[in-house]
Amino acid sequence: MQALVIVAHGSHLSPGSAQPTYDHADTIRETGAFDEVREGFWKEEPSFREVIRTVESDEVYVVPLFISEGYFTEQVIPRELRLEDWDPDRWDSDGTSASQATLDVGDAAKTVHYCGPVGTHDAMTDVIVQRAESVTGDPDVGEGVALVVVGHGTERNENSAKAIEYHTQRVRDLDRFDEVQALYMDEEPEIDDVTDHVDADDVVVVPLFISDGFHTQEDIPEDMGLTDDYRTGWDVPGEVDGQRIWYAGAVGTEEFMADVLLERAADAGADIGDALDQVAEWTGGAPATGAGD
Amino acid sequence: MSAQRDDESLPPAAVDNLLEAATAHDSSGLLFDGLAIHQDDGGTYSLETPDSSHEDLSRTDLEAALYEVPALVTNWHFWELVVAGQGTPRRAFLRWCEGASLEPESDDESDAGTGPDPDDDHGTPVAERYRALETGVTRHWGELELTARLAPDVEGHGQGRRVYDVRHVEDADVPAHELEGHDHPHEAREIVTTDEKDRYRPLKTAPTLVTGWHFEGLSGDDFVETVRTIYPATIANWYREQRGELDVDHWLETAERQTGIYDIVDELPREAVEWVAEACCVDSQCVKRREWQYEDGDELAVDGGDGVFPCREPCSLVTAAARRWTVLESEDEKTWHLELTTSEMNQLVEIVDAVAEGRTDEIREADVYDGANRYRARYLRAKRMGDGSLGHEVEGDAGHDDHDSESGHDDHDSESDHDGHDSERDHDSDDDH
Repeated sequence: MQALVIVAHGSHLSPGSAQPTYDHADTIRETGAFDEVREGFWKEEPSFREVIRTVESDEVYVVPLFISEGYFTEQVIPRELRLEDWDPDRWDSDGTSASQATLDVGDAAKTVHYCGPVGTHDAMTDVIVQRAESVTGDPDVGEGVALVVVGHGTERNENSAKAIEYHTQRVRDLDRFDEVQALYMDEEPEIDDVTDHVDADDVVVVPLFISDGFHTQEDIPEDMGLTDDYRTGWDVPGEVDGQRIWYAGAVGTEEFMADVLLERAADAGADIGDALDQVAEWTGGAPATGAGD
Repeated sequence: MSAQRDDESLPPAAVDNLLEAATAHDSSGLLFDGLAIHQDDGGTYSLETPDSSHEDLSRTDLEAALYEVPALVTNWHFWELVVAGQGTPRRAFLRWCEGASLEPESDDESDAGTGPDPDDDHGTPVAERYRALETGVTRHWGELELTARLAPDVEGHGQGRRVYDVRHVEDADVPAHELEGHDHPHEAREIVTTDEKDRYRPLKTAPTLVTGWHFEGLSGDDFVETVRTIYPATIANWYREQRGELDVDHWLETAERQTGIYDIVDELPREAVEWVAEACCVDSQCVKRREWQYEDGDELAVDGGDGVFPCREPCSLVTAAARRWTVLESEDEKTWHLELTTSEMNQLVEIVDAVAEGRTDEIREADVYDGANRYRARYLRAKRMGDGSLGHEVEGDAGHDDHDSESGHDDHDSESDHDGHDSERDHDSDDDH
């Protein structure tokens, strides 16, 4: 038997934080690819600490629903899951290339395949493009359009910006959008000046965040000048300095994210049958970058 | 088969499957919940049940004899072929729900040479269990009322199939049609998200589960998934405890393990950990039974509670709150000067009690006899907190005191500003962005 365990942050304050985790888990349950699919959280229950013991399967694929490699994926999650002999070197990553490590756990007779975060997987590029299609309602969106990928910034973690740059370059390489630009909340180039950084009349803004919260629903829309007060909402598209801003909300809420979770597990050796095809069919997702991973 | 009772219909192939399991050439017999089949040396079989004993049975005789004990056959079929999952928390939990022993003696034991012994402890005997299951066996699990029932023999499942109901204990006597019906386990996510005042419930085991809903006729798997959705990981930890294998992480171990913004919680004084447990972990706040102590061999004085399922380590909510208390406990105590009447002093106690017990909403608008009444509190504020504070620090010089009192107020403000910022930063740093 094989299980998929999606580990995510969750929240003590916001009831919606875990919703993307449940949504993607449900999509994957529906494929039947895993005997068990479970969610584990840092701030909600089951905790990282106790999620492994809730599965019956011997083979457990753990995929972090996080954007970048760093403190959480390298320290907190492995520690709380009791991954034995874990060392970040086991991922042999340059900051965006973690794939998986196979480890024992301290509290159960199970083999855990600890995967890299969804945010750095190549398929995430496809989700960003998919997000642009969703928000514009145009499956061919690209020509005459600028795509802006928004990240948090490097305040604590240099890998955070690396993940943003990585996908920005991959979207650029598709040669699909007129312009592709990475902008940040906490560092230059800043999202506040979005219209200074891109020239196209239509600008799709995709925040590389897992769930909608303070940053994606309050800070970013106000920073961009899309609204003076997030509580009054904003238009999609909304106009800023004569340019149309198509603000997408957190990329992690895109249905096609289930694909990235599945690909992470498959890369680590999970047998997922035709689950990717099913997810593509249900979510309208497609590998924009071609061969996937 | 003439031996089959007219009023019993066995699940398809139940007897065949049981015969196969009991008579396989590599099997020395079968022992399950009071049903014992022994393979004798001469190629014959013996069958023992709580009420009967047969020896020297041919395979055909054995088959006929099994049709005489349908409850034992359907019971075996349900547990071994429908539930299966030997050695799993799921199976043990389902057995507990109907009063069976958690893990019936296995074939391994008979292989070990002791031979089947139908007199072993099986929990409630099958016949008695079945009688109880006809009307339903009810258990409590936190705020849940769980009921195991024998399903009607429909859809060709045969007898012996169990179905399960879940509802709030407070809805025990409410007719089903007055409750909102659910049938998919994950519909419970919505039930657990907010309390009756529509406030988010960050702790699933807080005793604030809303009433007014029920799940009826769930399969064993869906039933376990429903309970797991409402009270995550409680079945797994309960099971470990039943087996004497609960891995408790005490306060100090948990605190010392923390990093990042929670690195400081191991500095919380020993006596403050008592207050944390009293504030957060008693039955009125959480339906888990706290098993963790300060450290191994150093128990907290606060009662751990009477919950069915254990709490094996301080949860994330306790850890996050403890971080705040660690910061607050690092402040020095001061002597304050404030002037209050006896009733005003008592009123402060009443206000703290009302907030701590979550009863501020229950205080009637015009009940000015309750010290925590809003008008009473506003009056006290108007009278005694003109400068925003109840009193001033005692330092000997009145003028100096006033100044300190103001700066104390500023400190407080800037601290709460800082907190606001901090909690945002917590949020940020927690996201690996």
